[in-house]
Amino acid sequence: MSILIDEHTRVIAQGITGRDGSFHARQMLEYGTQVVGGVTPGKGGQTAGTLPVFDTVAEAVNKTGAQCSIIFVPAKFATDAIREAAESGISLIVCITEGIPVLSMVELYHELRRKKVRLIGPNCPGIISPDKCKVGIMPGHIHKPGVVGVISRSGTLTYEVVYGLTEKKMGQSTCIGIGGDPIVGTGYVELLEMFEKDEQTEAIVLIGEIGGAEEEKAASFIKTSVHKKVVAFISGRTAPPEKRMGHAGAIVSGGKGGAESKIRALQQAGVIVVDRPDQIPDAIKV
Amino acid sequence: MTVKDFPVKQILVTELLGIQAEYYASITVERDSKEIVLIVSEAGGMDIEDIAEKMPQLIRTFTMYGAGGESSADELSKWLSSSFRDKIIRDQGPAIMWNMHKLFRDKDCSLVEINPLAVTADGLVAADAKIVFDDNGVPGHPELDRFQNPEEFTADELEARRAGLSFVSLTGEIGCMVNGAGLAMATMDCTKLQGGSPANFLDVGGSSNPDKVLNAMRILLKNEQLKAILINIFGGITRCDDVAEGIILAREKLDITLPIVIRLIGTNDRKGRKMLSDAGLTAVENMTDAISKAVNLATGGARR
Repeated sequence: MSILIDEHTRVIAQGITGRDGSFHARQMLEYGTQVVGGVTPGKGGQTAGTLPVFDTVAEAVNKTGAQCSIIFVPAKFATDAIREAAESGISLIVCITEGIPVLSMVELYHELRRKKVRLIGPNCPGIISPDKCKVGIMPGHIHKPGVVGVISRSGTLTYEVVYGLTEKKMGQSTCIGIGGDPIVGTGYVELLEMFEKDEQTEAIVLIGEIGGAEEEKAASFIKTSVHKKVVAFISGRTAPPEKRMGHAGAIVSGGKGGAESKIRALQQAGVIVVDRPDQIPDAIKV
Repeated sequence: MTVKDFPVKQILVTELLGIQAEYYASITVERDSKEIVLIVSEAGGMDIEDIAEKMPQLIRTFTMYGAGGESSADELSKWLSSSFRDKIIRDQGPAIMWNMHKLFRDKDCSLVEINPLAVTADGLVAADAKIVFDDNGVPGHPELDRFQNPEEFTADELEARRAGLSFVSLTGEIGCMVNGAGLAMATMDCTKLQGGSPANFLDVGGSSNPDKVLNAMRILLKNEQLKAILINIFGGITRCDDVAEGIILAREKLDITLPIVIRLIGTNDRKGRKMLSDAGLTAVENMTDAISKAVNLATGGARR
């Protein structure tokens, strides 16, 4: 088994007629994902490639039985799109969009919790369970099925790590980019819990970065509740304080959120923290 | 006159207040709990970080919005009354703090802080204040544009902003161009680890536009400290052939005398590497190799 998504997951794309939405919906289809349609208000009845386009998520769910939606709509409309998906029976939402205001996310976070709808992202590359299903924008071919679970706040750095794993013949169960924003729908802890229970997953790679205290929270959870091997890499050790390093959430502010405290917390929880991404495969083997 | 290396261009003169006591009050987002919180302390007049370190027991927190939904003005009032003995805070605090929260929500702030919130004979006075706006919220509030303070950024950072690039100036000598924030930070860290020092953080982003690479190169080259340039690209949405085109374009249009180390892998990498080798440039596949090479070029050049 993988976590969150597998070969049975039925996926729609919100914003499917846009530049990114149409490109990636096609890429996901080609990867083998069961993409069953898309949503763009006002364009219902049209098709995007081979896929039917609907005006609303409710209609799309009704006609296609989709459980998962991937969101490509611009930041200005993204929270409404997420809300619509949550109210229309979608249980897993993956939001790729970057640039959603933090306060909109705070409100949405608690709304989704109350509705028990899972959100991955925003500002993330998505999820992939290799050879089963890809709900995201990552290059599919660098992944191979296997026993390593990957959780990361980054996009390309995750590709870097996955590429290194695949090169060393260490396949992946599921790889999740949780997003680079200060407030994201799902954090490390819940995913660690899923990987701990998942039979396919034997080891977990956690890729963190400066900003916030999610890595510290992950460390205390690992200490008490994760028995599988965890290897971590934290980026941003050389980042200057009070400067946003690309991701909205990657900032050392008021002396908090620095890499060293994260590394220390993870090490104290028994996690092997490597200095370079290319040391991850060997650290898993040991 | 300079303060912390910044030239002083303006001085704000205000009337002297007869301050009897100083409070601290701020509204912010608590990243851990994902809640909007009001923080009040009777130990105002110093940084909240210092209060947290020296007198954490004097910091009181009230959730304005959280898992339980929205708090009311009435609840805020009750909380202030039960948490503070000062009559003036109980009387005048609720209206001030409710308005702070309204401002915070209306304008997509990440911080609204009054420090000190001074107790004077005439009542509570905001003797100093700080407001930080969320970068992601600013596009929705064009009225905030006039508050932009260009002094917060270096000239290179400002130019990068205009070009749609994410850039932070550092003090080293290896100019870095990377796609993706996480990989860009990791590239900086690994450069340092191998004995070099990065001159900047630069994320050229996920789009594959040769012009972005050209602009990025232009900004990098402005830094006279540079001894080498390191380009680290893992193509996902970014296509390696587009990046190669940008690099070749930059070499044609700009006067580049510095050594360039290129690492190119991912989407269309074979095509990109072929384009580079046809133009007399080489690209490596491995990140660690590329970084060692750049560090050698930068430090070796200095020693010889």
